[in-house]
Amino acid sequence: MLKIWSMKKEQQKAENAEGAGGKKKKITAAQLRVQKDLSELSLGSTMRTIFADADDILNFVLEIKPDEGVYHGGLFTFTFNMDQNYPHEPPKVRCQQKIYHPNIDLEGKVCLNILREDWKPVLNLNAVIVGLQFLFLEPNASDPLNKEAAEDLRSSRENFRRNVRTSMTGGSIRGTSYDRVMFNRA
Amino acid sequence: MATTAASTGPSRWQYLDKIRRNPGPFNQDSDVGDEALAAQDKAKILVIGAGGLGCEILKDLALSRFKDIHVIDMDTIDISNLNRQFLFRQDDVGKFKAEVAAAFVEKRVKGTKITAHNGRIQDFNEDFYMQFQIVVCGLDSIEARRWINAMLVNMVDMEDQDSLKPLIDGGTEGFKGQTRVIFPTLTPCIECQLDLYTPRAAVPLCTLATIPRQPEHCIEWAHIIAWEEQKPFPNLDKDDPEHITWLYQKASARAQEFGISGVTYSLTQGVVKNIIPAIASTNAIIAASCCNEALKIATTAAPALGFEESYMMYSGDDSIYTSTFKYDKKPDCTVCGEVAKPLQVDPKMTLKELLDSFALKADLQLKKPSIRAEGKTLYMQFPPSIEEQTRPNLEKTLQQDLGLDVGHEVVVTDPAFPTLTFRFILSFV
Ligand SMILES: [Zn+2]
Repeated sequence: MLKIWSMKKEQQKAENAEGAGGKKKKITAAQLRVQKDLSELSLGSTMRTIFADADDILNFVLEIKPDEGVYHGGLFTFTFNMDQNYPHEPPKVRCQQKIYHPNIDLEGKVCLNILREDWKPVLNLNAVIVGLQFLFLEPNASDPLNKEAAEDLRSSRENFRRNVRTSMTGGSIRGTSYDRVMFNRA
Repeated sequence: MATTAASTGPSRWQYLDKIRRNPGPFNQDSDVGDEALAAQDKAKILVIGAGGLGCEILKDLALSRFKDIHVIDMDTIDISNLNRQFLFRQDDVGKFKAEVAAAFVEKRVKGTKITAHNGRIQDFNEDFYMQFQIVVCGLDSIEARRWINAMLVNMVDMEDQDSLKPLIDGGTEGFKGQTRVIFPTLTPCIECQLDLYTPRAAVPLCTLATIPRQPEHCIEWAHIIAWEEQKPFPNLDKDDPEHITWLYQKASARAQEFGISGVTYSLTQGVVKNIIPAIASTNAIIAASCCNEALKIATTAAPALGFEESYMMYSGDDSIYTSTFKYDKKPDCTVCGEVAKPLQVDPKMTLKELLDSFALKADLQLKKPSIRAEGKTLYMQFPPSIEEQTRPNLEKTLQQDLGLDVGHEVVVTDPAFPTLTFRFILSFV
């Protein structure tokens, strides 16, 4: 094999004249970027983050308590997972509750353009969080993941509203039962 | 196929051995002895991609006497691959490329072991990549190249001389191609050379929406606009024939409306999947040059591409033009650049004392610093939940309590400087 290592040592000698030595422990690009993203989050009063392990910032849960709109009074949590390829790949986001929402399916998958086709590395976690918040204020019938909910929203806003309230208290709509997500103000 | 002694017995290697066993201006006696040559037999070499380039690379490496080859590819064989991916047959359609390619070459070149991994490169970790001596890439995606590049650069560890893996990267586009050799951290990496890729020129949306002129415009319209409006399926799966058929029909109708001809199913597939037509012989040329570099690195029989000039470009678009050139390492490269500055601290200092010192340093003046090390959140000012979790660290000492050591990198961010990150390599007073 080519003796590359002797060249590497030469380079190291030249660079570290004053020498830090030791085994380098470099921070991965993904962690570096998430650290930056987190320090720039604007959570307001309706959201907070939960880290199961503060050292693992690539995984956390975001809690959203919409204070207006049809989902007002509910508490929704989303898992965020960034892999080592972040920000070249978008964060993976899932809703942890089974909810009645035109853009969120029963498995918790979220239809938000910047989480898939429109993701760009210049976007950040704040953009995603703003997008999620917006989904609760303005559910969108044109990108349906839950087709029935989208159909309800299109045909009658009033009926849709009623269904949202029923689902949020743990009721069922057309035979599908939803998770109770009402947030009890202590 | 007739088997002769030349293709099976040890005499298969007699000509290759003339290169391997004779000392020359670049290899001395110690490089051509049995011991040095046995190193090639034992060398484990990883091939990434078993497509057009990958098939050629596997065949060439096996015929260059590499005996322990691994190959990774996540794709399965599609009927459209058969014209140039010559290790695959009609019966193989639907099977994993890596598996079929490995079995074919293994059977054809006796004594070569090829291990297939059907998956994404991202599915494997540092321990996996550490077992190889050389990595050869035949990929068509920039993302995958950047990923493996960052992995190999980050693996380099001054305490372990086997951690530096030469990366040989081949790529083709029609009649054009390139081969480059990267010695991670020593020579310019893929990220340093990212500006060599020109992003595909996107057609303005208004052209697509109002005045299409080419069949491609009609297809892009169906892809971007009609699909978004009508969402015939929740998510576009570019590998699903039903989805491509839907786009093809929409594009055809639009082409007819504007009197444009040339929209076909395969053009639709090509535009949507961003397929650049591959030419078998360009793949062969580039793969061959990649494998010769691997052979030279493994045997030292001749100087390899990489140190002076590191990039070979081949262009067959207008007659033939080829040249090798030197590319400079970017000092501020986010992957291989030495951006971290040395920071000398007292190991008995508490984290709070360290953070306070950042406020006083004239060149930093950070009032609300957040600080992390690899896999360790030392202190973050925001979000509130993590601030609370990491607050107890403020009173801890750097070395004994927090486990920081010489050579560890720490990254400091501050909301007052949203575009900056401050990276330091610790040393102790
Ligand atoms: Zn670089």
